[in-house]
Amino acid sequence: MSLFISMPGRFRIKPAMFQKGRIPLLLLTVVLLACLPSKAEGQCKSFARHLCRPVLENFRHDGNYHAAVLEQGEEAELYKTFFAGQTYRIAVCGTEDLPDIEFSILDNQRNELYNNRTNDYSNTWDFRMEASQQLMVRIKVPPDPPGNKSAAGCVAILFGISGR
Amino acid sequence: MSLLPSRPVLYAGPVFLFILFFTAACTCDRAGEDRNTGINIDISDEELKDVFSGRQVFYALPSPLETAIMLKSAGAWYDEDLMNPVENVSRYMTNRSMALNLGIYITNISYASLFDQTQTCMRYMDAARQLAGNLGITDAIDQNTMESLEENLHNQEVIMDIVSETFMSSTSFLKENNREPVAAMMFLGGWIEGIYLALNLANEDDLAGNTLINRIAESKMSFEMVMLLLSDYADNKDIAGLIDEVGEIGDIFEKIEVRSSRVNVINAPDDPVAVLSSDASSSIGRDEFLRLKVTVTGIRNSFIK
Repeated sequence: MSLFISMPGRFRIKPAMFQKGRIPLLLLTVVLLACLPSKAEGQCKSFARHLCRPVLENFRHDGNYHAAVLEQGEEAELYKTFFAGQTYRIAVCGTEDLPDIEFSILDNQRNELYNNRTNDYSNTWDFRMEASQQLMVRIKVPPDPPGNKSAAGCVAILFGISGR
Repeated sequence: MSLLPSRPVLYAGPVFLFILFFTAACTCDRAGEDRNTGINIDISDEELKDVFSGRQVFYALPSPLETAIMLKSAGAWYDEDLMNPVENVSRYMTNRSMALNLGIYITNISYASLFDQTQTCMRYMDAARQLAGNLGITDAIDQNTMESLEENLHNQEVIMDIVSETFMSSTSFLKENNREPVAAMMFLGGWIEGIYLALNLANEDDLAGNTLINRIAESKMSFEMVMLLLSDYADNKDIAGLIDEVGEIGDIFEKIEVRSSRVNVINAPDDPVAVLSSDASSSIGRDEFLRLKVTVTGIRNSFIK
């Protein structure tokens, strides 16, 4: 797929698929791809509800749902405001076809506060906020060794709040 | 300093590159537009790299339940008169009004459940069920939900779990059925109701050192995320109108200062919970507070009418 990017901060795109004679193929691809996420997201929702939410244990799930289908080597970022005085549990879960998911928490100056690599890739981390802060959660699905077929699966990020 | 990317690069889903292709030109044209929200939406080279590397970006707004927990822990009390009366439910006939008020009602249910107002929870859940049904959200709030609520009227824990489940089911249903703009309007309704309750429960004669006032000022951070989430769907007519309506809140937040220091992580050997230690300060003058209160109340009342 060729992408033509010009001017920093602004971009123009002319993918090869948009060239004359390829429109039917493009339409077919769009229709097929538009159908895929519904099924995948439905499976993600079920995975998040039945397999990830229990990981929150005694923390109360806040009701927000973040999940996406990621391939090995892909990353995702989540931004959230955490409020002073609250104790949170973050749970990051991947379907079993994926390797251990790496996640890190960064502050608003992008300093890394936690990385689950240092905790045997634990899928939860509990923390208490002294002051309200906007933090970033960075998710990485480790790439497969070269030559192996890359796997894809659902990754869910849930938050629990202490208070039970 | 804001951690947020200055422009939403992606919400979710593998179709994003196609959406990007179709919308790239108009997105670029919007890049320099000033909506007076205080949010810079230029696209940096680094973010472009994120887009083309397929990195997915999510914005997690405070959920209705988290908002209610935050209100209660900040010292707010219960005032049912502030809630959107359930009798209003029959007024909501459009997707816009139904989605906004579903978010508003779920925030009301969360607020009532935190203060053990179980009968009120039942009435509001029934109103939310009607709206969800009219929006075609078939599996979020059904008869089982109502029966489960009724059976657990004296069990606050279960009621809060039901509220959490209701919100998750509603938003995930909309997302998986490619109705993200409706989900975004629901989030907006919930967010507006949360800050409306906070502003109307706060003591405006006691601004300094007041926890609830601090939480209101800190809503500036989540407001940025509200605007980024909405701007993902700015090509939707309803959303475009809402961006203009709530943009005025951004003007007021620009005058409210929220500062935070670097975060230090404290791991005590006998405590499994890490402490994220930092200093934060916010200052909100009486004029800004009153202006925010009047503006938010006006927007919220226009949503529920």
